[in-house]
Amino acid sequence: MSSTISDPASDGVVRAADGTPLKQRLNRALRREKLRSFLLILPLLAFIVLSFIMPIADMLFRSVENQIVEETIPLTVVALKEWDPASGEAPGEEVFAAFHADFVQAFKDKKHTRLGLRLNYDEPGMSGLFRKTGRPSTKMQPPYKEAFIKVDEDWGTVETWAVIKQASPAYTDGYFLNAVDAHRTAKGIEMVPENERIYLFLFGRTMFLSIVITMSCLLLGYPIAFLLASLPLRSSNMLMILVLLPFWTSLLVRTSAWKVLLQQQGVVNDFLVWIGLVNDADRLIMINNQFGTIVAMTHILLPFMILPLFSVMKTISPNYVRAAKSLGANDWTAFWKVYFPQSIPGIGAGAILVFILSIGYYITPELVGGTSGIFISNRIAYHISTSLNWGLAAALGTILLALVMLLFYVYDKIVGIDNVKLG
Amino acid sequence: MSALPPYASKAQITWHYTFRAICGLIFFFLIFPIIVIMPLSFNAENFFTFTPKMLALDPEGYSLKHYQDFFTNPDWQQALWNSVSIAPVATIVATCLGTLAAIGLSQSHVPFKSAIMAILISPMIVPLIISAAGMYFFYSRIGLQGTYWGVVLAHAALGTPFVIITVTATLVGFDRSLIRASASMGANPVTTFFKVQMPLILPGVISGALFAFITSFDEVVVVLFLGSASQKTLPWQMFTGLREQISPTILAVATLLVGISILLLTTLELLRRRSERLRGLSPG
Repeated sequence: MSSTISDPASDGVVRAADGTPLKQRLNRALRREKLRSFLLILPLLAFIVLSFIMPIADMLFRSVENQIVEETIPLTVVALKEWDPASGEAPGEEVFAAFHADFVQAFKDKKHTRLGLRLNYDEPGMSGLFRKTGRPSTKMQPPYKEAFIKVDEDWGTVETWAVIKQASPAYTDGYFLNAVDAHRTAKGIEMVPENERIYLFLFGRTMFLSIVITMSCLLLGYPIAFLLASLPLRSSNMLMILVLLPFWTSLLVRTSAWKVLLQQQGVVNDFLVWIGLVNDADRLIMINNQFGTIVAMTHILLPFMILPLFSVMKTISPNYVRAAKSLGANDWTAFWKVYFPQSIPGIGAGAILVFILSIGYYITPELVGGTSGIFISNRIAYHISTSLNWGLAAALGTILLALVMLLFYVYDKIVGIDNVKLG
Repeated sequence: MSALPPYASKAQITWHYTFRAICGLIFFFLIFPIIVIMPLSFNAENFFTFTPKMLALDPEGYSLKHYQDFFTNPDWQQALWNSVSIAPVATIVATCLGTLAAIGLSQSHVPFKSAIMAILISPMIVPLIISAAGMYFFYSRIGLQGTYWGVVLAHAALGTPFVIITVTATLVGFDRSLIRASASMGANPVTTFFKVQMPLILPGVISGALFAFITSFDEVVVVLFLGSASQKTLPWQMFTGLREQISPTILAVATLLVGISILLLTTLELLRRRSERLRGLSPG
């Protein structure tokens, strides 16, 4: 093949103008092109890694990180290695001496309350114990064991020291255990008492409400997408505005609209009283509960169901339904056996998208959910800003992230990540 | 479905109109909450419902006092100013970086293309509360938490996936031989980019920028954690307003924001039409 192309060299290699083999030149050009495209991507890649990926990695790290104990009371951690809680006796004087040295230092650095707070996550009461011991610790004389027990009898118990020993390693699975309502006791991993279990319940409720919201979106979105796909372009474009306007309207505007509408003195209740469906005395409570969350979030997420459904239905040729009808199918059979199966990819795409968006929702449940409509994300926010238990917040976040990633993997398999369309 | 055939049976006619009525109700559900806040924002009383005077269309039942409150209250003005100073900067950062990366990604031989794409799109996928948590932890380590630039960088990161998606979509219709043509006539790559490629992909860049802008302008979860009181944006102020002392001023703000959304939507629609016309997809 190469011999037919004008080729001065007789070795059968195609050469470029300067005499280097053409293959080599092409490879070089390809490499240069690769490099150039990579250089174009690099700034954004670096930016996203710095401003987004590293924070997420930091969160994953925080869910297992536990250096505070080792940093605050290093001597005690070493001394406690010898001690075995199974012996049934509190540690000896050398541990107390080490602890005294650590504690006085921690008190000077004002770190002892932070450590107490950290240990309080494992065993309620530790925070108070640490705070109480703060000032007296500076005046202690040996033997330290008695001195500590004099401040609080809890220092003499096996449980207190077992908690400290258990919290000593630099990495812990304690936050993850807490996040699934379990904790580590002397006997191993156990579930917390029935009445204290909240996280599994909250995860369950988040899933349940997300499924309900996804279902209602599908129920309301399917007819709309069907109508839009079957109308002529001009009228469907007009009606599309009714879908896109809510899509483009600020989330807080829509949430506040629902808050205003669903109030007890709000427009919907006023209307129901006016037409006589509801007594003025017992107006319906539609906000600050699950009902309010479901209604508001269905409204907010509905466009995310309609748009993918519409783009799939747009591609279904009307000829199939016509053919089915000409073969004797009635309207329902033609729809159910011919049209509906072809729209299933759209249902899958829309449903997963709505579900992914709703399990991570924070603002709307926070504002209209009351106590019965809150999601797991509200609990994460609570731990970040109110209880300051960042480790637990990170563990809950990691579990939620894993769930979303799993769903997104499914979404990628069905729709493809590159096929995300906007507007 | 679109038109009833003349031979339709009675049942078919009934269903046809029932279906339309159902769709009408769903459209009503979609649009009613947004429409209803507009007249309510002109309420002369501090109520969130229609007063008898309003229903009787009595001019005394209406007033601009909530708008007046918005434009004079220092809290709201500060929030408006913060929003206006954060969103455009975040948009510029997101659009510049996003457009460059989209051009890079659209070339044919990019190593690890799908992995890079997954990383770049990730801010859109990860639930906001998780992004907010991670950014809060990380940015407080490096001292960006509670600063203006911390919020801007976070918002820019959240906005880039939209720029990438819209610009990539426009680049699909871009004829690469135009670049070669320009180069063969002696233009350097920079001139080619600004004189040939940029004008053609501009609709995608602008709509990406609008998406990035609205992402930042509407964003509340991340700014709630990352910002300090001096970065309080409009959505944040609305959020606290809704949670604590709900005041009808919120409805006035909401109405103004709906106005902005309509403006954005119109711009986007015009851009989409222009881009379709340029690509010859529709007769125009």
